[in-house]
Amino acid sequence: MSKKVDMKVDSNNFKGDMGDGEKKIKVSSKDLWLWYGEKEALQGVNLDIYEKKITAFIGPSGCGKSTYLRCLNRMNDLIDSVRIEGKVEIDGHDIYAPGVDEVAVRKRVGMVFQQPNPFPKSIYENVAYAPLMHDIVKKGSDCDELVENSLKGAGLWEEVKDMLKQPGTALSGGQQQRLCIARTIAVQPDVILMDEPTSALDPISTQIIERLMIELKERFTLIVVTHNMQQAARVADMTAFFHIGELVEYGETEQIFVNPQESRTEQYITGKFG
Amino acid sequence: MSKIDKNNGFYIPQLEKRRAKAKRFKYIAMSALIVSLAFLMFFLYDMFRQGIPAFKQTYVKIQVEITEENLENPYGFLDRDMISIVSRAWLRDLPNQAAANPEWLGTTQEFWALAGAESDQYMKGGENRLKDRVKDRIDELKESGDIRFQTNLIFFFTGDSKIPENAGFYSAIIGSILTMLVTMSLAVPIGIMTAIYLEEFAPDNKLTQFIEVNINNLAAIPSILFGLLGLAIFINFFGVPRSSALVGGMTLALMSLPIIIVSSKAALKSVPNTIRQAGFGLGLTRWQIVRDHVLPPAMPGMLTGSIIALAQAMGETAPLIIVGMIAFVPDAATNILSAATVMPAQIYTWSGMPEKAYIEKTAAGILVLLSVLITLNAVAIYLRKKYTKTW
Amino acid sequence: MSTQSLYLIFFGGLLPLMYFGYILGRNKAITIRTKGIKMHSQPDQYGWFSALYTGLPVMTVGVVGVFSYLFGFDGIPPFMLIVTALSLGALSLFLISKKMNEHTRARNLVEEFIKGILMMAAFISILTTFGILISIITEAIHFFQRESFWGFIFGTTWDPDTAFLAGAGRGGEDVAEAKFGAIPIFAGTFYITAIAMLVAVPIGLLSAIYLSEYATTKTRDRVKPALEVLAGIPTVVYGFFAAITVAPLFVDLFEAFGIQASYRSALGAGVVMGIMIIPIIASLSDDVIKSVPNNIRNGSLALGMNKAETIKFVVLPSAMPGIIAAVLLGISRALGETMIVVMAAGLRPNLTWNPLEDMTTVTVKIVESLVGDQEFNSSLTLSAFALGLVLFVVTLVINIISITIIRKFHKKYKVSNL
Ligand SMILES: Nc1ncnc2c1ncn2[C@@H]1O[C@H](COP(=O)(O)OP(=O)(O)OP(=O)(O)O)[C@@H](O)[C@H]1O
Ligand SMILES: [Mg+2]
Repeated sequence: MSKKVDMKVDSNNFKGDMGDGEKKIKVSSKDLWLWYGEKEALQGVNLDIYEKKITAFIGPSGCGKSTYLRCLNRMNDLIDSVRIEGKVEIDGHDIYAPGVDEVAVRKRVGMVFQQPNPFPKSIYENVAYAPLMHDIVKKGSDCDELVENSLKGAGLWEEVKDMLKQPGTALSGGQQQRLCIARTIAVQPDVILMDEPTSALDPISTQIIERLMIELKERFTLIVVTHNMQQAARVADMTAFFHIGELVEYGETEQIFVNPQESRTEQYITGKFG
Repeated sequence: MSKIDKNNGFYIPQLEKRRAKAKRFKYIAMSALIVSLAFLMFFLYDMFRQGIPAFKQTYVKIQVEITEENLENPYGFLDRDMISIVSRAWLRDLPNQAAANPEWLGTTQEFWALAGAESDQYMKGGENRLKDRVKDRIDELKESGDIRFQTNLIFFFTGDSKIPENAGFYSAIIGSILTMLVTMSLAVPIGIMTAIYLEEFAPDNKLTQFIEVNINNLAAIPSILFGLLGLAIFINFFGVPRSSALVGGMTLALMSLPIIIVSSKAALKSVPNTIRQAGFGLGLTRWQIVRDHVLPPAMPGMLTGSIIALAQAMGETAPLIIVGMIAFVPDAATNILSAATVMPAQIYTWSGMPEKAYIEKTAAGILVLLSVLITLNAVAIYLRKKYTKTW
Repeated sequence: MSTQSLYLIFFGGLLPLMYFGYILGRNKAITIRTKGIKMHSQPDQYGWFSALYTGLPVMTVGVVGVFSYLFGFDGIPPFMLIVTALSLGALSLFLISKKMNEHTRARNLVEEFIKGILMMAAFISILTTFGILISIITEAIHFFQRESFWGFIFGTTWDPDTAFLAGAGRGGEDVAEAKFGAIPIFAGTFYITAIAMLVAVPIGLLSAIYLSEYATTKTRDRVKPALEVLAGIPTVVYGFFAAITVAPLFVDLFEAFGIQASYRSALGAGVVMGIMIIPIIASLSDDVIKSVPNNIRNGSLALGMNKAETIKFVVLPSAMPGIIAAVLLGISRALGETMIVVMAAGLRPNLTWNPLEDMTTVTVKIVESLVGDQEFNSSLTLSAFALGLVLFVVTLVINIISITIIRKFHKKYKVSNL
């Protein structure tokens, strides 16, 4: 069910002016509106996110970054008061189309949260749980291998390989966050959403995770919400600036930081508000 | 959610099995809840079914010639069918009534006399041991309108009796009131004072912690053990009269203490510390602050806790049995030292009786007790809702 | 002199004395103040100080007196005692009014007095625990002085009838020795408790899961009060329900299969006890499940797990300590439950696996041996205290474990849920 992409041009519609054809659109939202009860939180966001890139969302607190991010894997469905209009497409398929199971969507679009939230289970089970449920692997050596690879992918293997039976909650904050990344990549999603993944961590752990993100973009499309402008500048290929539920500007990170088109973006980046 | 569309880009066949399993889990959980609610429904239905008939009572119209001779032997003047229909308790009381109305002497009076329990059961369609002859007689009376149901006032205004139709809940109600007065007048002040001490005055040391742990444990000690305490200490050691409202009330007071302390502490805790600090800033002493600024906002919470404790104490039976409050008490206790019974204890004694009439009264007593308890809890919930202050 | 008139004299003396103390203290303070001397406290506080410390010796003597009477020392006639108390009060009032000056720290002294009273209240609260402990232990010791401790703990025959005869003064050589082997009683208690938990744990826990994870707020708001009603029903009512409705139901039910069941079967009592415990387990579990932080749930949902899988894999394990604590509290309630078993379980100590037979429990035996006009000092009566001691120890241990687990649980989620 491919959709004709309506390329209407308005201030909320940024396709990025990057003529090079190597970028493939992975996630795309079309005129996405969202309300929490009566309260409008997103106002017709149009955004295309490119495959195997890191896209950063920046903007002042409460502007709707997390809200938008949660739209991309239907986590907002869990909030009763939420009403959504518009479309979010992944590889051209609308994830809000009737008949789409949100559970299947979330298998394709993983998420890492601000607070490390390991399950109250062993490190091994933390990683193996979802792949086993999704029938990606069967119990046994396949599963062991997947766990090992995922932990390696999250740069955690060396630290935990001797304590796989220990509870995940016994790790340090930074390790916990990498465990959460490991369990997310174990499901082999296409897209990984990260909502301020380092804001609860110390600078060293933050650095490790930033390096990890750059490694991960070889295999996944990463979308990262951050309050840390330097972080966005360091890791992101693309950056989107949100303000009060509106996508103000979207483009290559360098362009956004060096040469913003919108005065609001400039003001925010130079620290005039936010 | 709508049906899964197999042709969308996200369809995974494996998910369907998991969805079905998840659904099953949800329905199992839901049916568990429904089962517990069904228990409640069935239980309430059962109590009403058994108890409601007790609120009406059969009365039969009779003519009595008030003569010296008849008053001397009130069991003698009725024919042998009628004698099994009319309650012996009523007949026994007839001379007293006549004495109260001397002008009756020599006349023939018409009475709606209380019917016996067996006839009452027959009228209500229950099991009974009446002879067929008597049953026919009752049917005749029914046709002529000489036998009928009346609201059962005896139940509310008479004490226990060995004659089922004459047994009432009155002395149990009075006993419960007396016992609860004792309980509350001991437990509420001591409980609240303890809470004030622990929350506002006590230093945070090992002893205080020990007291707190102790109180938490006390709340979970089986109630019957409080009865053992009451028996060994109050009755055997201090010589408080057995079966009295005093000993029952004291025993229940100890049981209610932890509930009152815990809820009062919570109420005190919910008063923000800034209020206390402001008081110290004004140079008030701790007690002045507590009395004038902490207690007033904490009062509703303490009251709620006390009412809940009262409701619980009112339904408690086991410790009271141990301290002897299951005595046969035909006349309501007049003071806290005389033998008394309480509502749950009366329910217990009646429930052990073989006659259907007592079973019916047990269920009716349960309905009375439950309505009191539910009212108390409703008041507590109302107070909590009304006065819950968010600072 | 009647007790009532004694009280009248006592309080009739005390209250005016204290009132007088208040006026005197306050007036003296006012006089000092009008002289322009700066005082430590307010006049009112001096009034209170003088009143309270006038009353203190009176009350102390009164309380000591009452207690000494209760303990059997009645050397001094009560009237004398009251007179002594009141004169002591008057003496202290005299001293206070004489000694009191601007340096007296009335405010602090009043504060100390109040603190003392509050402390006494707290003291009474702990006395209760010790009261229970001491009363049970001393009587239990009396019991074990007469009967063998090991015979009690390990004996399999409970046959105290001859003790009753001995108590009635009819004991003799031809009467067999009474046996106090409590094993069948313990077994019955645990068996009925186990039946109750088999009913209560699954239903209570699943109800809690539905309430906390699936039900809408509206349903919750309606169902929770219903569960509270269920929890507030007195156990004597459950007992009636068990004996009059459930027991015959079971008998009929099993008769339909050709199996004979007792009217006082362990099954009937256990099932009704389970119903009684459902709301306890449901509401405690509901609380702990609700307090599992949402971000743990979201972590699982974001991996593409559905709700049921999330509950089973993530929520329940997180809530497990709290759920265990709830179950433990339920068990302790079941072990100590009295009315249901008194009314619906048997009186006969019966060592069997058949749930359709009658069995008895610790609480039933306690009640049975203490009602009726037994002599207090017979082995039968005292056996109630030995059984009570066992019940106390077992439930206390369970409660302490469960309270500790709950504490840890709450601490964990307060700390790690930054
Ligand atoms: N569950 C909710 N219910 C109601 N309103 C919500 C909810 N979540 C967010 N909002 C509101 O929606 C708006 C956007 O919130 P959102 O969390 O998306 O902001 P954000 O950009 O992520 O902010 P931050 O940088 O502080 O995380 C805010 O005004 C917020 O108050
Ligand atoms: Mg956010």
